[in-house]
Amino acid sequence: MENNDNDHRYHHEGGNPPKHDEVEQPCIDHKIIDAYWKANLRLLAVLLSIWALVSFGCSVLFVDTLNQITFFGFPLGFWFAQQGSIICFVLLIFVYSHLMGKMEDRFNVDDDEVA
Amino acid sequence: MDAQTLSYLFVGLSFALYIGIAIWARAGSTNEFYVAGGGVSPVLNGMATAADWMSAASFISMAGIIAFSGYDGSVYLMGWTGGFVLLALLLAPYLRKFGQFTVPDFIGERYYTRTARLVAVVCLIFISFTYIAGQMRGVGIVFSRFLEVDINTGVIIGMGIVFFYAVMGGMKGITYTQVAQYCVLMFAYFVPAVFISILITDNPIPQLGLGSTVNDGSGMSVLEKLDSTLLELGFSAYTQGQRATVDVLAITMALMVGTAGLPHVIVRFFTVPKVSDARKSAGYALLFIALLYTTAPSVAAFARINFIDTIHDTSYSEVPAWFKTWENVGLYAWSDKNNDGNIQYGPGAPFEGLPEFAEERGELGERIITNQLTANNNEVYIDRDTIVLANPEIAQLPNWVIALVAAGAVAAALSTAAGLLLVISTAVSHDLMKKTLMPGITDKQELTYARMAATVAILIAGYFGINPPGFVAQVVAFAFGLAAASLFPAIFMGIFFKWMNREGAIAGMVTGFLVAFGYIVFFKFIAPELNTSEYWFLGISPEGIGAIGMLVNFAVAAGVARFTSPTPCEVRNMIDDIRIPASRDITVD
Repeated sequence: MENNDNDHRYHHEGGNPPKHDEVEQPCIDHKIIDAYWKANLRLLAVLLSIWALVSFGCSVLFVDTLNQITFFGFPLGFWFAQQGSIICFVLLIFVYSHLMGKMEDRFNVDDDEVA
Repeated sequence: MDAQTLSYLFVGLSFALYIGIAIWARAGSTNEFYVAGGGVSPVLNGMATAADWMSAASFISMAGIIAFSGYDGSVYLMGWTGGFVLLALLLAPYLRKFGQFTVPDFIGERYYTRTARLVAVVCLIFISFTYIAGQMRGVGIVFSRFLEVDINTGVIIGMGIVFFYAVMGGMKGITYTQVAQYCVLMFAYFVPAVFISILITDNPIPQLGLGSTVNDGSGMSVLEKLDSTLLELGFSAYTQGQRATVDVLAITMALMVGTAGLPHVIVRFFTVPKVSDARKSAGYALLFIALLYTTAPSVAAFARINFIDTIHDTSYSEVPAWFKTWENVGLYAWSDKNNDGNIQYGPGAPFEGLPEFAEERGELGERIITNQLTANNNEVYIDRDTIVLANPEIAQLPNWVIALVAAGAVAAALSTAAGLLLVISTAVSHDLMKKTLMPGITDKQELTYARMAATVAILIAGYFGINPPGFVAQVVAFAFGLAAASLFPAIFMGIFFKWMNREGAIAGMVTGFLVAFGYIVFFKFIAPELNTSEYWFLGISPEGIGAIGMLVNFAVAAGVARFTSPTPCEVRNMIDDIRIPASRDITVD
């Protein structure tokens, strides 16, 4: 990496500057990065649950139940397996991309400075 | 003009386009050769990724598999698209921030050892060559059928074109050619689908046509008609699955994780300018892929209906010309079991094994089969790979549509072959030469090695195309199983678990690879007669073993990491750095 991490100063969002000895520790405690990362993991957990629900859930495990319902001429479970899950996957990625953009602005870790 | 002349014209025009782009986008540096200079816009990269990803298997084989397996074919639809969610959410942005050229680069740096890099290179080369063999067979089929040239000549022409733009242009040339190839292949896939959808349901959008009512006055929807026709012939219903649920789950998971772990797809996300673009680009890639993947189930269902309507209980002497053309190529066969001169279609194989033809013809002009016939009533053998290619002829579409499909299939095969050749050559020149064997070489020398490696890789791929190993269909399971069991877990843990260390990652990759490799080799090559669900581990087929390999990889890696030295601090700091998109000093004041 081009930056020397020891030259960085990481601050709490609340404004408490880190104690000097924390900076001296060999493994730097990256408070902002950790908070951002936790928020990211929460978002991932939600989106990946939806990912698993539409594919493994609606398209495989609950397929027989959902097939009792007709949806635009399709048995619903079959529709999820052959069209619906794919449409949900596309939406999931765009939603993730959008929410991450907002989250990165909030934590000020965005990459907008790159042309 | 006849279909063959038009095919020559369309394929020739598309080749001229690819070569023109290659000359325009020559690579001058390793940066341009490996990652197209890192300046490709997310939409264009998404399109290139879609072409890179959608191979001969997606274009030619997938709809055929779905047509003949109905609901069970959904594993490919979900597996080959759901993987992009994992890629976009779990891998692509972080690998882009890491900012190097290759997947082994990441594994080598993250696990601070050359051993991990070399294990990754071995996995990568094995996966990529497996995959390339299938592409070359696809090119061979299209050339032999539509241009009626010898398969060998077809493969050599294909190799020549790929050589020209991959070796000259590297990633930069490949990216812009793939954008063109995406447009060609998507148009070629969609146009016949629209025609056929109108013919069967009057609905011009194939995705909606699949749920519409058939316009034959029966009042049934496409799927209802398909279900009832198949049940009448003794098949199981199209919308009902036959595979065990656990196997469907395992295969879907293995294909998803394998997709996310395929190196030629991952490197495409190294070419965009910034981290947020990597996420957007994955979204566009999947959007472009979804256009084809949501069309495929419609193509499949329409083809099966048309196929049964045209073939079943039809006298061989009145069967349309396309049936006989494919019979001449050796991919269809008919044996008149009940001697009524009509073709009867039903469940089960008509005879043992692949068709073997005698020299002489039968009295109706059919090719005589020398195989041992089976006891069931089915008289027809159909190679599933022919469905998409034959579809326009089955539906009696104009000749230019047939020619378009030929050009699209070649575009799909070549774009994927080029992407694979690039990751192989990069792995050799960058990971083996520059980073391991000869660290002193200059950028220019490295570029020469990259071009030499691409040349050798093309020759090997061409050899496989001309002498296709009989096991091409079987080895597809390898590429996904191995990617899922070896590369994906190593990259994932490298980003998400700081405590994952060198020893754990290597142990995990090696055991995951061996579990998947051993299982597939055992059931596909050593004891194929045992390849049934009663002998499978937990009822999971070799196609789905990648899911188990992945779990083994995670478990072994976590266990070994517990008892070995922790990750060094500079690596932990590097992980923090790749987790955030910003490359500046992070301060909030």
